Amino acid sequence: MCLGVPGKVEQVWEAEGTRMATVDFGGVRKEVCLAYVPDVQVGDYTIVHVGFALTKLDEASALETLDLFRSVGLLDEELGITVDPR
Amino acid sequence: MKYLDEFGDADLAKRLLDDIAASTTQPWALMEVCGGQTHTIIRNGIDQLLPDQIELIHGPGCPVCVTPLETIDRALAIAARPDVIFCSFGDMIRVPGSSDDLFRIKSRGGDVRIVYSPLDAVKIAQENPDKQVVFFGVGFETTAPANAMTVKLAKQQGIDNFSLLVSHVLVPPAIRTIMDSPTRRVQGFLAAGHVCTVMGLGEYEALVEQYQVPIVATGFEPLDVLEGIRRVVRQLENGVAELDNAYPRAVQPQGNPVAQQVVREVFEICDRNWRGIGMIPQSGWRLNADHADYDAEKRFEVLGITTVESPLCRSGEVLQGLIKPNECSAFGKQCTPRLPLGAPMVSSEGACAAYYQFRRLEVPA
Amino acid sequence: MTDRPDLENWTCPVPLRDQTSIVMGHGGGGRLSSELVEHLFLPAFTGTPLAGVLERLGDSAVLELAGSRLAFTTDSYVVRPRFFPGGNVGDLAVNGTVNDLSVSGAVPLALSAGLILEEGMPLDELGVITQTMGDAARAAGVSIVTGDTKVVDAGHGDGVYINTAGIGLVRDGLMLGPDQVRPGDRILLSGPIAAHGIAVLSVREGLEFGSEIVTDSQPLNGLIGALLDSGARVSMMRDPTRGGVAATLNEVAAASGCGVQIVESAVPVPDDVRAACAFLGLDPMLVANEGRVVVFVRAGDADLAAETLRSHPAGTGAALIGEVVAEHPGIVVAKTGIGGTRVVDLPLAEQLPRIC
Repeated sequence: MCLGVPGKVEQVWEAEGTRMATVDFGGVRKEVCLAYVPDVQVGDYTIVHVGFALTKLDEASALETLDLFRSVGLLDEELGITVDPR
Repeated sequence: MKYLDEFGDADLAKRLLDDIAASTTQPWALMEVCGGQTHTIIRNGIDQLLPDQIELIHGPGCPVCVTPLETIDRALAIAARPDVIFCSFGDMIRVPGSSDDLFRIKSRGGDVRIVYSPLDAVKIAQENPDKQVVFFGVGFETTAPANAMTVKLAKQQGIDNFSLLVSHVLVPPAIRTIMDSPTRRVQGFLAAGHVCTVMGLGEYEALVEQYQVPIVATGFEPLDVLEGIRRVVRQLENGVAELDNAYPRAVQPQGNPVAQQVVREVFEICDRNWRGIGMIPQSGWRLNADHADYDAEKRFEVLGITTVESPLCRSGEVLQGLIKPNECSAFGKQCTPRLPLGAPMVSSEGACAAYYQFRRLEVPA
Repeated sequence: MTDRPDLENWTCPVPLRDQTSIVMGHGGGGRLSSELVEHLFLPAFTGTPLAGVLERLGDSAVLELAGSRLAFTTDSYVVRPRFFPGGNVGDLAVNGTVNDLSVSGAVPLALSAGLILEEGMPLDELGVITQTMGDAARAAGVSIVTGDTKVVDAGHGDGVYINTAGIGLVRDGLMLGPDQVRPGDRILLSGPIAAHGIAVLSVREGLEFGSEIVTDSQPLNGLIGALLDSGARVSMMRDPTRGGVAATLNEVAAASGCGVQIVESAVPVPDDVRAACAFLGLDPMLVANEGRVVVFVRAGDADLAAETLRSHPAGTGAALIGEVVAEHPGIVVAKTGIGGTRVVDLPLAEQLPRIC
């Protein structure tokens, strides 16, 4: 229901009073409406759903989450606890 | 792709899976609400990689599946009109109505067009001033802001050959219905990440309080889904019921206030009939009186719709997680993606289609 | 299916119960397409001296003629829009038929070109398309030797529809086909996938997006010639056009009575194509290609085949993607990026972008 894909804002302009942007999705560019993300600027990443940016993607938070994944099970490893194979 | 590839990393997936396996000591039934999450799970084989004790029940988070049959029939009637250009997301094109679908309407000469965004439909309206352009606005809360803004812009620019056929549905009432059911089995929820991006987490806090059930806002990439599962299982194993956010890069507790504001401006709450489930009060959005001019339901009088569901179709039970798709006697026989009896067999998010497409090996011959 | 249908009171021997008219899906290369062939065309065309050739449903028909084997194929090109990044319908019309001949093990010789033109079609556009066809023929070393032109009323034709039929001579002693495929055979892909389908979508109304993705349309006779010259024991080849690699793998699995196992992460997809598929919600395995070949080869020759492909300009990026197995006959199973498994099904019809 929510195919929201992250993309990088390349260019911002105004059309008929609405903020629009060209967003780069890894080599593919699409025109996106920024009306819902007034704080998003060129260079920011945003999640886009059906042509509308819904939120600024929090880079710090993304990195934290990945770090969290990397640390899952680490304490157990350090303590020499083996994971029960299923 | 940045922010996608990293969240599909195989080694990290293994870590998360190992942790889930290590923490699971008893059976648990979890529901992922969003069809997009169902898609990720089945497409990556996540349900098979989880310990046997963890059961994933696929929720009704597939707007295509739950769009009321009457609305589909209405859409078909409108799309068949020679003066109409009917625009829709790709997902809706093959959903069966009582006796037809958009694909077939197109094959008989109806001007049915697939678009990526409702804004594309408005553009088509501008380019075809002598036609009526109707956009099929289905979706959960994630899609409502797009449709709301589109109506606002159309109104501002005086594009009056454009209208919206609305069928928005809301997640929290669906969760309530599932939890209120005497036959409910769900013990924890993966909340739909992008719905939460828009609406925030407040409504889910209330649900956690009321039902004492863990709810974790979860994203859509494989690692996101695994993490959502991991957190729900940990809570269940520890006997707690809390609201948690496993998708903080895209979900803030307050959601997107600008989007919520515009949605409030354009839509109003209404009762909605969920296909396969039934009437859930106050579970949908429709265009409000100020925007009635853009309501396709009012603009096009459609008479004499008698909705006829297949008696064999058990999609309601599938959508509520009461049965698995392959437990339905029609699954793979009278009901296939080719000849679907109900919407979950057609939609790419539908549990039945996902099972059929990706779990063929388990389909009894 | 040998009964002749009664023409007065025609009923399909295996009825398409749910459809009374053609839908777009019938042209999509998936289940609907194959059902149309099996339920409508095969029963209608049976009972002739060479009907058995048709029933084999190969990319080309192979006919024994005076000690040689002639490959004969036809294809029609109706792509919209006619012009897309990197090419136009003219490229497809020539390369597509050259490739159908090549994957059947034939050296393509000659093509026919039948054009159905819509009244009002601009001549300069037609000029570009026919020049493109000529360029493609010269590049592939084939000749367009006969043709036909018809004009239909404005509003009845989409500009131009092109049909090309082609003939070529099959290499002596070469036996290719699903009946040659065995468990243990390895499966190779000659290069990264999905560029063509995405290039076309990028300019299709309602979905337009900006990208530098161009079609992968190219003739494969040189590449395939080199592969066969290497001596690698190829059992079967097919070009994954409509329906993508998924359709091809499923068709071969079904026709050979074997199973197929692939490793998803081994299937090469260019980054920008992957991005486009992600934002449209499309599976790259289901997207059309016009310059790629799927090769089934005996396990012992897999490395030789891969190296040969990679050293040819049309095969850079060739990859080993899986193998043929005895288990789950007719079904294609993929190992997913995170180590799970999923079935790769034959697409129902053309894949549609989704929001979910």
